[in-house]
Amino acid sequence: MTSVDITQDTSRSPRTFTLQSAALSYRAIVRFFRQPASWVPGIFFPLMLLAVNSASMGRVADIPGILPPGTSFLMYLIPAVIIQGVLFGGIAGGSEMARDIQTGFFDRLLSSPVARPAILIGRLAGSMAFGAFLAVLFQLVAWPFGGDVVGGLAGRLVLVVVAVILSLAMGALAAGIAARTGQEETVQAFFPLVFILLFLSSCFFPIVLMSGWYQTVAEYNPLTFMADGMRHQVLYGFSWSEAGKAIGVASILAILGLIFASAQIRHRIRNAS
Amino acid sequence: MTAVTARTASSSAMVAAIVRRSAVTMRRIPSAVIPTLVMPVFFAVAFSNTFAGLTLLPGYPTDNIWNWMIPYACVQAASFGAMAAAMALARDLEDGFYDRLLLSPSKKWVVPAGLVLWSMIRAIIPIMITLAVGVVGGLTFPGGVAAIWWMSVAAFGVAAMGALWGMGVTYRVKKQSAGGLVQVGLFIAMFLSIGMVPLDLQTGWLPHVAQYNPITSILTMARTGFIGTVQWAEIYPGLFWIAVSVILLAWYAARGMKTLIP
Repeated sequence: MTSVDITQDTSRSPRTFTLQSAALSYRAIVRFFRQPASWVPGIFFPLMLLAVNSASMGRVADIPGILPPGTSFLMYLIPAVIIQGVLFGGIAGGSEMARDIQTGFFDRLLSSPVARPAILIGRLAGSMAFGAFLAVLFQLVAWPFGGDVVGGLAGRLVLVVVAVILSLAMGALAAGIAARTGQEETVQAFFPLVFILLFLSSCFFPIVLMSGWYQTVAEYNPLTFMADGMRHQVLYGFSWSEAGKAIGVASILAILGLIFASAQIRHRIRNAS
Repeated sequence: MTAVTARTASSSAMVAAIVRRSAVTMRRIPSAVIPTLVMPVFFAVAFSNTFAGLTLLPGYPTDNIWNWMIPYACVQAASFGAMAAAMALARDLEDGFYDRLLLSPSKKWVVPAGLVLWSMIRAIIPIMITLAVGVVGGLTFPGGVAAIWWMSVAAFGVAAMGALWGMGVTYRVKKQSAGGLVQVGLFIAMFLSIGMVPLDLQTGWLPHVAQYNPITSILTMARTGFIGTVQWAEIYPGLFWIAVSVILLAWYAARGMKTLIP
């Protein structure tokens, strides 16, 4: 680990802040990956959905005008499983923070001279590292089964970047809930809502094949804009505008998540003092 | 709780007492119940709307996606109820209540029997809610009341299977964390079947697995009368696999229960 002594160094220099953030980030990443219960579901369920849905709905590619020639439903699903894994990983990261609050580690951090933003940054680093890991892993797993990315290396990179930013967004949102409630169960209870948002989007199925109010809701779901931008890289090729759309939506969600998390952590610190 | 005394109670009265206790627990812990009611409704709406375009596939057995998805959602709802039974058992194991039950002079099988019975009874609620959602969405009953009957038999069968699977796992893990493992097993069984599309339209490796999955036959039974008329040829394989699965899973649960008794 790093040699920074956060109990002694009380300076507010950028270097100290960076080192404190790095130390807490290191802790969050190691702790996250040391607990398989935190990350195994985020890998297992998306991969299972990828395997099952691509096989059970593979014939959708036969419907004219749905997918470009030479592509498959497996390719269609690649962005979906990345988004799904990242959202679950974000919830797991939030649960970790709630556990820190429940075990008293969060209070010990508050009583130390650690810069307050470093606490949040450290926590989110674990989620972002997991997001990048998932985006690479899912692409590698899908590749031998025909899950290519037409956009090549640039397209693959877009998928990783969006996954990292979305991890930041979801991690911040979950951290905010954890800071507000201090309850691991409450953060976990967020899971069904995430699942609903995923289904109410173009993630798992083309919107043109939906109907009625459901189709309208799915069209305006932010996850749809992001998934469509990512999917363009997979099915059609690299596109700056589509990449910008996906990264832009993820960034807006990340900013909103960070504002929410900061406010909730400030609220907890105020109540603690 | 109940007026049944251990000394005089028959085994059936003890099973009834376990069922009553589970019902009271459900009423007192709504947070544990709401997901098992909300998720089936969500699945019914989400599956039927998200995958509505599947009916455009040549050879899809119906042009009304609700008739395909609602029986699936009902069976899945029943399996969620079984999951709740496993969690209740884990709670009893963790807080020591189960140890007190083991010390009582009752037969050892009354607790698992009570939990299985309760899983089947509680499945009625999500089935009714899911059917109501389906009717609002456009569900029809070409097979009449018999369609609901056979779908319910399938759902109750899956509830019993799920409860036995959940108990088998929980008896071995002895913690509430067993819930994750129970859930994974139930999800795999449901997804590797004809839940979304029939065998003929599946591609790759899936149909080779799904054709041997007992849930495929049980779902075929659940859909009889919703997809065309009620046909015995669609029913008896489902009944057969429910019977076989219940026997095997009961053996698995019983072996797990033995690990509790020194």
